[in-house]
Amino acid sequence: MAFKIASSPHVGSTLQTAKVMQRVALCLLPGIATQLYFFGFGTLLQIAIAVITAYAAEAAILSLRNRPIKSTLADNSALVTALLLAIAIPPLAPWWVVVIGTLFSIIIVKHLYGGLGNNLFNPAMAGYVLLLISFPVQMTDWVSPMSAAQQSVDLTYALNAVFNSASDILVIGHNLAIDGSTMATPLDTLKTDLSMGMTTHESLAKPIFSGMAGLGWFEVNLAFLIGGLIMLKLKIIRWQISFGILSALFICSSFGFLLNPDTHVSPMMHLFSGGTMLAAFFIATDPVTAATSHRGRIIFGVMIGVLIYVIRTFGGYPDAVAFAVLLANMCAPFIDHYVRPRTYGHRSGS
Amino acid sequence: MSKYSEIAKQGLWSNNPGLVQLLGLCPLLAVTATITNALGLGLATLIVLVGSNILVSLVRDYVPKEIRIPVFVMIIAALVTCVQLLVNAYAYGLYLSLGIFLPLIVTNCVIIGRAEAFASRNTLAHSAFDGLMMGMGFTAVLVVLGATREVLGQGTLFDGADLLLGEWAKSLTLHLWQVDNAFLLALLPPGAFIAMGLLIALKNYIDQKVKQRQPKIITQAVERVRITKVS
Repeated sequence: MAFKIASSPHVGSTLQTAKVMQRVALCLLPGIATQLYFFGFGTLLQIAIAVITAYAAEAAILSLRNRPIKSTLADNSALVTALLLAIAIPPLAPWWVVVIGTLFSIIIVKHLYGGLGNNLFNPAMAGYVLLLISFPVQMTDWVSPMSAAQQSVDLTYALNAVFNSASDILVIGHNLAIDGSTMATPLDTLKTDLSMGMTTHESLAKPIFSGMAGLGWFEVNLAFLIGGLIMLKLKIIRWQISFGILSALFICSSFGFLLNPDTHVSPMMHLFSGGTMLAAFFIATDPVTAATSHRGRIIFGVMIGVLIYVIRTFGGYPDAVAFAVLLANMCAPFIDHYVRPRTYGHRSGS
Repeated sequence: MSKYSEIAKQGLWSNNPGLVQLLGLCPLLAVTATITNALGLGLATLIVLVGSNILVSLVRDYVPKEIRIPVFVMIIAALVTCVQLLVNAYAYGLYLSLGIFLPLIVTNCVIIGRAEAFASRNTLAHSAFDGLMMGMGFTAVLVVLGATREVLGQGTLFDGADLLLGEWAKSLTLHLWQVDNAFLLALLPPGAFIAMGLLIALKNYIDQKVKQRQPKIITQAVERVRITKVS
């Protein structure tokens, strides 16, 4: 299937969907590796479960829709969706969480809207939001980064946590074990502390915030940034969306930080904690659900950046990437309608 | 007699207020978190619908065309008030869990729609039967939706049936499986939207299969307020 280009000019490209998706997946690798290093083997398990579920669901629904199965499965888009979702959810979440999320992403968000190219929302993020509002407890229990944990997460430990959490016999002992190795994310901790009346300085003195922007999180975000820059270099994504997100987030958070540093964290924290880099380079740049013109992409990116800041600072959830991306997805057709590139030879605005 | 079977078919399936006319979506989506709530609201709507169809059909020759809508609304509002007071008196738990959606039956488009489109033009018996069938069709959709959401959301069926039927019904509650955490999406309105969409898709799929099997049957359509599909 050829890569869809929505607006003219139709510049020919040798890149096919399968190749683009494959490269996106490869560029995710540095980030995944860093996440493995800091947060243990759970992520790998989640990825395995998500990928298997995604391919099974895709094959099943393609056969229901009487579409070619093999060629569509080979376009790697299910792989990228599964990877993004698996990276986003907590590494030690029970297996059924990621299964439900992936099924929802592939079946409801992607295929009920008509399959790849017709989906209105980013499948991975819609799946993530479904999980976040349905299972708030499981979805906010992150693994402690390596050095802060009492117990390191090796493969058997991760297997035990992911697959045995539902069985009744292990529940009590298991939960005790989990408490030693999970904690809230830095952004979550910060939100709780601020709501309890602490200032950012007091909150940031906690061990989880050692390092630049939360233990482990800074490095993971840095790795995603590197992967994103490689994608830019390979011309898989354009710079406009990522630039829009990061600059808008930087400007908004600088304002807040300069006005009232006691209740607002530094721009550094906003840029390098939570899912900022993952969203800026891998999620918001999804060619199907983003705006298509250059100016439109900048508006789209800025919108996400502002929304991330607003929801993180004033909203009820600690991180805001998924909500911001979905809200911007809704506006993408609207942006495209009003921001049309001038056709060559025509005056603007006609 | 064929008129009655036609009315029944229209109300229960081919012009179902929930699945085809998509009327009364607000209570449909808001209160169907459990089968008990769904059944309670469905029965209340059914009673109001039958009552309003009867009354509207009785007064249809005496009401001037120009002011018919206010008159119909007054009739419906009176009936809804009666039902609300009855539920308040005899099923207080249900009254609490249905909340604002019980008095809001008065704004349910199914009722004014049937009064305007059917009862104001048909005889008493036909109107009463139409109200019954439309009400049953609506209740059936509510119950199916409520059951789906309850099973997915908290793994039970008939949870809180005692609110509707009295103390003995407590034993009716079925625990299909034990869930540690409720699947919140199924219990929240967005889940209702998704389940509703899937239900409509299922109905259209069945219709398609039936149509493929028997190619041509000409039916006489009953006049309706909104035609979404000409069968």
